Amino acid sequence: MIEISPPSKKSEKNFTTRLESVDEFDRVETVGEMFVDRPKVSCLGVSVHYGDKQALFNINLDLGRNEVLALIGPSGCGKTTFLRCINRMNDTIEGCRVDGEIKIEGAEINHSDADVVSLRSKVGMVFQKPNPFPKSIFDNIAYGPRIHGLSGPKNELDDIVEAALKRAGLWEEVSDRLHTPATGLSGGQQQRLCIARAIAVNPEVILMDEPCSALDPIATARIEELIDDLREKFTIAIVTHSMHQAARVSQRTAYFHMGHLVEVGVTDQMFTNPRQRLTEDYITGRFG
Amino acid sequence: MTIYLLAAILLVSLSGFYIGKNRASALVVGARIQSLPQYHGLRIALWCGLPALFLLGLWVVLEPFVIQSLVRNSLPPEFFNLSGDEAILAMMEISNLAQGIVGTQSGLPYAEQAASLLISMNQLSDYAMIVVVSVVSLSALVVAQSKVTADFPALESVEKAFNVFIFLSSAVAVLTTVAIVLSLLFESFKFFEQVPLHEFLFGLKWNPQIAIRADQGASTGAFGAVPVFSGTLLIAFVAILVAGPIGLASAVYFAEYANPRVRDVAKPTLELLAGIPTVVYGFFAALTVAPLVRELGLSLGLAVEARSALAAGIVMGIMIIPFISSLADDVITAVPQSLREGSYAMGATQSETIKYVIFPAALPGIVGAFLLAISRAIGETMIVAMAAGLNANLTANPLENVTTVTVQIVVALIGDQEFDDPKTLSAFALGLILFFMTLILNVFALMIVKRYREQYE
Ligand SMILES: Nc1ncnc2c1ncn2[C@@H]1O[C@H](COP(=O)(O)OP(=O)(O)OP(=O)(O)O)[C@@H](O)[C@H]1O
Ligand SMILES: [Mg+2]
Repeated sequence: MIEISPPSKKSEKNFTTRLESVDEFDRVETVGEMFVDRPKVSCLGVSVHYGDKQALFNINLDLGRNEVLALIGPSGCGKTTFLRCINRMNDTIEGCRVDGEIKIEGAEINHSDADVVSLRSKVGMVFQKPNPFPKSIFDNIAYGPRIHGLSGPKNELDDIVEAALKRAGLWEEVSDRLHTPATGLSGGQQQRLCIARAIAVNPEVILMDEPCSALDPIATARIEELIDDLREKFTIAIVTHSMHQAARVSQRTAYFHMGHLVEVGVTDQMFTNPRQRLTEDYITGRFG
Repeated sequence: MTIYLLAAILLVSLSGFYIGKNRASALVVGARIQSLPQYHGLRIALWCGLPALFLLGLWVVLEPFVIQSLVRNSLPPEFFNLSGDEAILAMMEISNLAQGIVGTQSGLPYAEQAASLLISMNQLSDYAMIVVVSVVSLSALVVAQSKVTADFPALESVEKAFNVFIFLSSAVAVLTTVAIVLSLLFESFKFFEQVPLHEFLFGLKWNPQIAIRADQGASTGAFGAVPVFSGTLLIAFVAILVAGPIGLASAVYFAEYANPRVRDVAKPTLELLAGIPTVVYGFFAALTVAPLVRELGLSLGLAVEARSALAAGIVMGIMIIPFISSLADDVITAVPQSLREGSYAMGATQSETIKYVIFPAALPGIVGAFLLAISRAIGETMIVAMAAGLNANLTANPLENVTTVTVQIVVALIGDQEFDDPKTLSAFALGLILFFMTLILNVFALMIVKRYREQYE
């Protein structure tokens, strides 16, 4: 008989007291290497409110060039919110306010004359839930190139679509039905389609919100390979709930907790030797 | 009399409810009970009420027939020698006498006696009714309340009664529709006996007025419905040209651009348009728009008739704007936010997103909205009656005077023709075709809208 032992009362108690102390966020300082040299994206003192509710507290975090940064943390801690700050996706949410400084290549993105359209064409995003347009597979991938005028003649567009699908590992599965509706794909295929769609416009930064949550291990491995590949040219931030994935693909990892950035570290170090008790609890599975 | 009886039944039901509820509550104290006390109460109330009400209704309906035939059978043989009309008159006199209305006395020897028989029978029937209905209601109370036990499934009986009730309600709705369609079909057949179907469907001349002149005979009336239908379609087309772009644009504005405060005020205001009685639109069309269109046309050197398809179409278009706008607004807001975000995240602007993502996604729903609006336009009467004209004119020129199916139906039924006159009957044939047209449009629209709904599921 297998016995599952309940978590010891003692550790839970300890944990709660710790949580309470974290709630007094004024005294919470992010521990670790949140800044890098020559950052691609740099965030300073970023706070986000949804109406009266504060979702992020004073986040300082850089995204380095050719780096994969993993964002981890329990559900609802603000990972998605943070990602959406970087391409100003929070603009579309009624009542959402973003404070602080976010710079890409030194240019403030929330500046009054910053162009949100060109920002978003530079910062691609893959959403937590796959959201293919109700168009054909081909038109989904061609959407970005078309609106940005990247495509010249027709066969150039064909090439872009093919290349994007190949990199996302979807080409073999869909090459014979490019002109069928994308909504007919399976969930995992749709997610890879969304990845292909994002990379088809050649962004500089790619934000991925749990891109593999609906994928099988093979497709996941392919996406991880792709991420590794993309790193050569792009900057990537990836939200994941899998410690293993974070360990495999990222160079640095940031741990969020209830809207606070608790710890940032070189991935290997952070997983072997977390500096904050909260991080350790999360990584070792005591919370989350 | 019946009113008091009704009240009495209600009273018995009500007391049945409380008796059942209390008895069942008393049971709860000791043991677990199969149904809640109020279900026991409700079941008893239904038993006390429904059979008695049914009996009462039946009685009220049948009583006059039964009594009348009884009285008639009691009359002496000379009554049965009377001719049909005379017999009816005699029966009327008897019933007048019974009600105390003393009018023209024809002096039928047996009238007096028959009237008193009628009165006594009516009284007897009333007493009998009271006794029977009360006995039924009260005995139901006694029997039903004796069944209140812990494990009696009162809930199920109530549930069954409720099922029967909603079944009957929907049956009434469905049967009414079927009956209307059947009567339409039946009357149309009578029309097509006089006017051949092909002449009606393909004839190019519509002039039912000739048919009333009996000396010329019905055959000279012209019943070619093509000009009538072309007029209908022409006006509907103008209407959709007006309402389509405006309705769609306002839907996009409300769904995508307007800030919530503007939306909260402006949208209901626009939807108010749908609440204006069509008669008001009608005189707005006839007195304001038609002269305006005419003047405008004349100043451009166009021959615009005083009543034109254009004027009627414009006003009808204004009338259906809210349909298109509010239906299209619904389908546009139903496009998932994630698609918008997906598009914005690719660096698309708002108008690009609307054009390339939202419209295509919402298109089936928008088409559905258009079709529903068109079928509404086709069925509209008052505006065209007042602003378009009565002349069945086969033309595609919106500046001319045309007529529509609905207007011709109205025209056909005004006046004092015989009811089997082809002119009158033509209303049913027109109605039938109109019914099929809107039916097909509606089915089509619903199919499209349904497919659209499934797309995101
Ligand atoms: N549109 C919104 N309006 C109001 N509150 C929001 C909105 N989006 C997110 N929040 C709140 O902000 C907090 C952070 O949410 P966020 O989506 O960033 O979490 P997350 O870390 O991505 O969680 P998950 O791992 O479950 O995706 C949550 O408490 C959430 O309730
Ligand atoms: Mg999230």
